[in-house]
Amino acid sequence: MGLPEPVIRVERLKKYFPLRRSIVEFLKGKPPRCVKAVDDISFEIYKGEVFALAGESGCGKTTTGRLIVKLIEPTSGKIYFNGVDITTLSREEEKEYRKKVQIIFQDPYGSLNPRFRVYNVLEEPLILAGIGETRAEREELIIRALESVRMVPPEEFLGRYPHQLSGGQRQRVAIARALILNPEFIVADEPVSMLDLSIRAEILNLLDEVKKKYGLTYLYITHDLSTARYFSDRIAIMYLGKIMEMTDCDTLVENPLHPYTKALLVAVPEPDPSMKDVIKEIPIKGEVPSAAAIPPGCRFHPRCPYRFEPCDKEEPELIEVEPGHWVACHLYAKR
Amino acid sequence: MALLEVRNLKAYYLTSRGSVKAVDNISFELDRGESLGLAGESGCGKSTLGFSLINLLPPPGKIVDGSIKIDGIEVVGLPDDELRREVRWKKISMIFQGAMNSLNPVLTIGDQLSEPLIYHHGISKEEALERVKEHLELVGLEPGIAKRYPHELSGGMKQRAVIAMALLEHPDVVIADEPTTALDVIVQAQILNLMKSLKKKLNLSIIFISHDLAVISEIADRLAIMYAGKIVEIGPSESVYLSPKHPYTQKLLGAIPRLRQKKQRLEFIPGAPPNLIHPPPGCRFHPRCPYRFELCDKEEPELIEVEPGHHVACHLFARR
Repeated sequence: MGLPEPVIRVERLKKYFPLRRSIVEFLKGKPPRCVKAVDDISFEIYKGEVFALAGESGCGKTTTGRLIVKLIEPTSGKIYFNGVDITTLSREEEKEYRKKVQIIFQDPYGSLNPRFRVYNVLEEPLILAGIGETRAEREELIIRALESVRMVPPEEFLGRYPHQLSGGQRQRVAIARALILNPEFIVADEPVSMLDLSIRAEILNLLDEVKKKYGLTYLYITHDLSTARYFSDRIAIMYLGKIMEMTDCDTLVENPLHPYTKALLVAVPEPDPSMKDVIKEIPIKGEVPSAAAIPPGCRFHPRCPYRFEPCDKEEPELIEVEPGHWVACHLYAKR
Repeated sequence: MALLEVRNLKAYYLTSRGSVKAVDNISFELDRGESLGLAGESGCGKSTLGFSLINLLPPPGKIVDGSIKIDGIEVVGLPDDELRREVRWKKISMIFQGAMNSLNPVLTIGDQLSEPLIYHHGISKEEALERVKEHLELVGLEPGIAKRYPHELSGGMKQRAVIAMALLEHPDVVIADEPTTALDVIVQAQILNLMKSLKKKLNLSIIFISHDLAVISEIADRLAIMYAGKIVEIGPSESVYLSPKHPYTQKLLGAIPRLRQKKQRLEFIPGAPPNLIHPPPGCRFHPRCPYRFELCDKEEPELIEVEPGHHVACHLFARR
């Protein structure tokens, strides 16, 4: 991989959310503080690939997904879709872009309008995009979308409301909604974390199937490294708005380099009863600090067991230490 | 005699549309110092079972039949004031699901943890605070946390405070209802470590309720799998994880993506769990079971012992 033009290229992307100043801060003339949700990240996603963004809550993975589908505007940085910068689109171009890039949200209970029948949920994007002139034409497309997510027979589901569907069926409707405009790229934001274990695999397998069938590319956002490994090709680990390590999933699990990645991997539980009396040695202490007060230098240094002099002064760059394996850590910096 | 004995427990939600049989004829025992993992998917009745054990079922939930004996005391039918005086928090306590939100935001940690001590034991506020501080240290928090408000604490610290609260009156049994579900993976591992060490140190009996079989395997000596209000399989962890017998357990374990193993296609169970107002006749899993045969939709399978201490409710294993 490497040479073809990526479907998505993110370049030095930043998203800061301003915080309100307190009266004291205002009177003292202090500059407004902000939450640096995404702080200078770059990555590329290639055609047919599943790229995972993983990390703990508050690491900026969801914000990145929302930036890519243009639900929010970046503070600075560029996002290219098939080589075209999407941060400076005209209204018309933006409309086209929104057909090609779709998002599946975490919570199928919240992402479907409870007053819409399945038919309306799926008709809405068609109407907005101006596809299908007659109701019959649209219904045809809707039925095909439901069939592609294996809601069969589709006619039986058209008239149902979301509360009449199970969690798995709701998420399948959400996937059908994302597929109905024939997109090229889908952001899947924790699509299975609210679902029961017995249907999680069903939804992931379904996403994989439609990906192959329609030649899709995914950004898979998750906190769960086990499903990330199962579902994705490459993965980036985020911490407080930065990418700490980026490589293919097998390398990440078998040969993690960043101390943070190592700690995350140790902490992941597995269904193995031999661990029940073992106190796990977790190499890092404490919890993620607030994104409004990011530590100087490497933002992981206060928790890092290997920190040395440059760590609290200089921010490490994301560098390629072996082909395709990127790490942002002073331990691996070229000297 | 076991510390906790549950016999033929039935807890239903009596709604206008019929009774939801969330816990339907469940029996098990728990020894001192032992941990039992209670696993199942949402709506299988595992939380209802937890709330029944401590007699805090929210209405319209009601224990309709059965017996719960804790340290020899029959709890079902015990008057409320006696229950409060003798059993709840003293013999059996609970770490609630979403513990991060179960703290009162306008009281300091010290105030809200000492309140029940003052109320129950009539001790002075200073004495109570002392005891609270001891327990905060026990769960790995600075005693100074007592002066803080919940919003000043991180998720992991709040979870520890809630664990301290459950231990204040030295219960024998602690029910932990999804205690790590809302936490990030590193904090989750820290909390699991804490619970393991508390179990050993205080010789606690723990009922650990979770939908996550990987998390449960970290702490459970024995594992019970629930489906649609029933225990379908129960036994020593090693035995259930390594040689699951019930088709549901087998499928469930096959559905877990594993981080450290080669990728293999995950299984899933077609269909959805049944409605518990009108559960399917016979075995409740039969509509989704790949191995069903003529008996399954007629007769309900009993729990039978297939290996020492390992019980399964499935006609495939019934003696004929």
